[in-house]
Amino acid sequence: MNNALQHPVASVATNDVPAILEMRGISQIFPGVKALDNVSIALYPGKVTALIGENGAGKSTLVKILTGIYRPNEGEILVDGKPTTFANAQAAIDAGVTAIHQETVLFDELTVAENIFLGHAPRTRFRTIDWKLMNSRAKALLTSLESNIDPTIRLKDLSIAQRHLVAISRALSIEARIVIMDEPTAALSRKEIDDLFRIVEGLKAQGKAILFISHKFDELYEIADNFAVFRDGRAVGHGNLKATPQDEIVRMMVGRDVENAFPKIDVAIGGPVLQVEKYSHQTEFRDISLTLRKGEILGIYGLIGAGRSELCQSLFGITKPLSGKLTLNGREISINSPLDAIRAGIVYVPEERGRHGLALPMPIYQNMTLPSLGRTSRKGFLKAANEFALARKYAERLDLRAAALSVPVGTLSGGNQQKVVIGKWLATMPKVIILDEPTKGIDIGSKAAVHGFISELAAEGLSIIMISSELPEIIGMSDRVLVMKEGLSAGLFERKDLTPETLVRAATGNA
Amino acid sequence: MSRLLRKRETLLFIIIAVMIGAFSTRADGFATPGNLAGIFNDTSILIILALAQMTVILTKSIDLSVAANLAFTGMAIAMLNAAHPDLPLIVLILTAVLIGACLGAINGFLVWALEIPPIVVTLGTLTIYRGMAFVLSGGEWVNAHQMTPTFLNVPRTVVLGMPVLSWAAIIIVALIYVVLKYTQFGRSTYAAGGNPTAAVYAGVDVGWTKFLAFVLSGALAGLASYLWVSRYAVAYVDIANGFELDSVAACVIGGISIAGGVGSVLGTVLGALFLGVIKNALPVIGISPFTQMAISGTVIILAVVFNARRERNRGRIILRDKAAAETPAEVAA
Amino acid sequence: MSTVVSTPTEKRVIPDRLGTPFKRIMSSWEVLLFGVAVVIFIFNSLASPYFLDAWNLSDATFNFTEKAMIAFAMALLVISGEIDLSVAAIIALASTAMGAAAQAGVGAPGLVAIGVGVGLLCGMFNGFLVSVMKLPSIVVTIGTMSLFRGISYIVLGDQAYGNYPEDFAFFGQGYVVWVFSFEFVLFIVLAILFAILLHATNFGRQVYTIGNNDFAARFSGIPVERVKFILFMLTGVMSGIASVCLTSRLGSTRPSIAQGWELEVVTMVVLGGVSILGGSGKIGGVVIAAFVMGLVTFGLGLLNVPGIVMSIFIGLLLIITIAIPIIARRIKAMSSK
Repeated sequence: MNNALQHPVASVATNDVPAILEMRGISQIFPGVKALDNVSIALYPGKVTALIGENGAGKSTLVKILTGIYRPNEGEILVDGKPTTFANAQAAIDAGVTAIHQETVLFDELTVAENIFLGHAPRTRFRTIDWKLMNSRAKALLTSLESNIDPTIRLKDLSIAQRHLVAISRALSIEARIVIMDEPTAALSRKEIDDLFRIVEGLKAQGKAILFISHKFDELYEIADNFAVFRDGRAVGHGNLKATPQDEIVRMMVGRDVENAFPKIDVAIGGPVLQVEKYSHQTEFRDISLTLRKGEILGIYGLIGAGRSELCQSLFGITKPLSGKLTLNGREISINSPLDAIRAGIVYVPEERGRHGLALPMPIYQNMTLPSLGRTSRKGFLKAANEFALARKYAERLDLRAAALSVPVGTLSGGNQQKVVIGKWLATMPKVIILDEPTKGIDIGSKAAVHGFISELAAEGLSIIMISSELPEIIGMSDRVLVMKEGLSAGLFERKDLTPETLVRAATGNA
Repeated sequence: MSRLLRKRETLLFIIIAVMIGAFSTRADGFATPGNLAGIFNDTSILIILALAQMTVILTKSIDLSVAANLAFTGMAIAMLNAAHPDLPLIVLILTAVLIGACLGAINGFLVWALEIPPIVVTLGTLTIYRGMAFVLSGGEWVNAHQMTPTFLNVPRTVVLGMPVLSWAAIIIVALIYVVLKYTQFGRSTYAAGGNPTAAVYAGVDVGWTKFLAFVLSGALAGLASYLWVSRYAVAYVDIANGFELDSVAACVIGGISIAGGVGSVLGTVLGALFLGVIKNALPVIGISPFTQMAISGTVIILAVVFNARRERNRGRIILRDKAAAETPAEVAA
Repeated sequence: MSTVVSTPTEKRVIPDRLGTPFKRIMSSWEVLLFGVAVVIFIFNSLASPYFLDAWNLSDATFNFTEKAMIAFAMALLVISGEIDLSVAAIIALASTAMGAAAQAGVGAPGLVAIGVGVGLLCGMFNGFLVSVMKLPSIVVTIGTMSLFRGISYIVLGDQAYGNYPEDFAFFGQGYVVWVFSFEFVLFIVLAILFAILLHATNFGRQVYTIGNNDFAARFSGIPVERVKFILFMLTGVMSGIASVCLTSRLGSTRPSIAQGWELEVVTMVVLGGVSILGGSGKIGGVVIAAFVMGLVTFGLGLLNVPGIVMSIFIGLLLIITIAIPIIARRIKAMSSK
């Protein structure tokens, strides 16, 4: 069925307008991982193409190829029908490709105008940069987007929504023909999203082709014309979005019914283990209270910037709380450092496992034994045999796939890296385990395994806090869900009341 | 207005003014225009070297070889001048700039093409260049009487009230200001150092920018070498020993961030002047010049504390990095 | 609700290690460097008849033993991602303190205590600025370098201290057995101790982790600031010990003592295979690098090459040894396309 995707046209092109940009048979191979496998996609002028897929499906790799950061191992890119190679980022920019990323990749210390015009600033007669002209042009672009941002202030003083506007202005300034938007609505308020969509309509009217990456179906159905679904690095579906029901899209994304992805075991929930009372942080969250019970999975849902990770990092001792009380198994504790938390039996599996959870160049077994060195060593001296034994035990338990325990953990796939992190913490025999987006960036196969494993842990009597932005995951796995919005608690929901609408409404504050 | 007052440059200016005022109470005539002009003249070479260092630091690098570059190049043209007194001065100056630029290009090449960390590269070249100065000169000095009158006198010549040496510094300050603010290369240095990942996305060639920064630094060191050798009327292997650290100190005091991407020409100049004022004031107010090093050190430490405080007051504490993911497993998402 | 999806798996057995130990060892930096050392040794023995003499070789060791002691501690610091450019200045300050004490009549044991003590205090000051105040170590130690040596200049000016007690000379000039000087034996002992610390203890594992990923170390409960503070203290103490040896060897103290040594120490560390970016390196490599630098300087000294020309060779050695693996990797990548 997927063979027909050699040249994706047909249902998508209207009036036989040719594609501005086409990718055919693109493959991208990294050591140990095939990020993209024979992928084809076409972008048409004046149309928004939604790129849909779970984390790990290959979307951001595609974006990096389109923006000239990576060169594909196989396949070709055609711009206006002509085969082109993007030798570097500048070549992609010259071809009219621009991208707006989730976290805008721009320069905090430079001014708004300079961010818009970096690399193609207007010049004076003497070939020097014409700041006055640059500032006025920047102002004009921002005004056309109905924004009154002052082009002479530094980027670091702007909000995320304002940064997106700057990035869009940049796209307009290079007269981009292809605009890639990667999860642009994360951390935007409803009004800001409306503003953004209005701008997107404006870009469409100018004949630009837009690639819109998002998880949020309601937004996609609002703004997108076509869609392409990726799964495990392959393009598994494409077509007219409005003519395709959401269930079908989800099925393409996940590959099977959503139900089976969340093997939740019914667990007898015990008494309270961790009580958090009015936990507050200087800037990130305020007055959060929750009770975590034995064997329970407590989900925490919310938009980016809601303060979920910050709350959990504070519970783990990475940052100090301003005020609040913690009670663990009836005893009041205070946690001021990760060491305190580990000793108390609270552990944290970070969202950015590569950046915060693992030392990638170091071997698997060394990563796994890191917080447990007290137990594997003798009087402060390392004992390799003990370390390997511990690593082996948890590698087996988690069904880790690796060439050897001594290879650098950075060579493993995302799912296996996650297993190393989880294994590392399980080895410390914790009481409470906090998981921050546990299946982010993991392929579907491993996702189900991770979920099954989490359920097993709950059944064994561990208490689990799980931060997730994926509704199916959080609804499928949690016994209760705490919703956070802009640093405050927006409701605690029992399992029987969990519906996507309830959670989204609470998280966005929309009636 | 309050934004102006909070800026590093204003603060530094005020501190320098206060210092001058304080010193003049202990030593009459310290704050006279004539004396102040003299201090500026004394500090001219440091200003030039500090600007050289600044360009490199902006790109997230460091150049520990500037002083050694100065020593070799200065020796070279001094020897040229002694051996060929008929060579016009302009030729000598251009030769100095060219030699300095080549030495800088070697640094830049190793950083750009081989991606060796700049601190390691310039650590190596600093000893190589100074050793080369020895080999070139055979350990001999070039003394004042071997240098032509033109060679010696041009920087001392007073034009419009100030010696040519001071004017050279002023011209270089203006030149670097224009380069950093108005040329693509200049803006690229800020981009490359401020956010190397974003710079790549924006089409900036980070490696090439670093290369050019080192070439510029070397060229300025070359120019400074002529000025040094002429001003002190001598060339030997150990000249300008320690100046590389002074140039870094001037930058740090002037608010240049060692992490790159932040800093202004005015700040660097003020940082150099700060050191210059102290150096000149000590003998005048009766403090042994031997205290100068300790004072420099303390000032640097205080400046770093200030810099760090400024960089920390950034609003929300966000523990997520802004740079894009690098590992294949992560980027496959 | 659906039942648990459990896929039956055979027990997967993952080996502990890959490849043979032989292959692993042969392709390491330390072996490359050792090869370089052997080549230099052969070259030197051919170039000068005085080289292969036990006592001359013993004299040669003085070229590097003091710097190597500091290099061991510096290696740990660099592996953790920091640097300390003030080590030579600490030598100067410690030496000045010892000189002043000697003038006041303090005996050798007291002098040692003072020298090491001053080193420890300087190290703690550096540690405070970097770990507690969270300042970047490269500029901070440029500052403390000026400060520490500056204090020596304030105390001594252009004078010198002499008059050290006779028994004090043992540290720098004495021999333990046959040709092996106290300094050399101390160097070997410290090499072994540091190797154990770095490679066989929890602390060493923490140092590597911090250098590889500061965040991950923190998120795993490693007290990053405390470890770095200890490393700066250790570097200070080693500088103090080196100062005792050097001052004892010279028998005098000037504020300019050990000028430029900080860069030589860093060169020794980097030459020894420790990445300046942190996270990797072995003490063994630093030991070999110390020998290499000592062999080069001593051999060139026998050929009457002036010191400053010797440093050209050291600089070239540094750049070439770093560049070769990079170039080799590029050639390999290009040929495999």
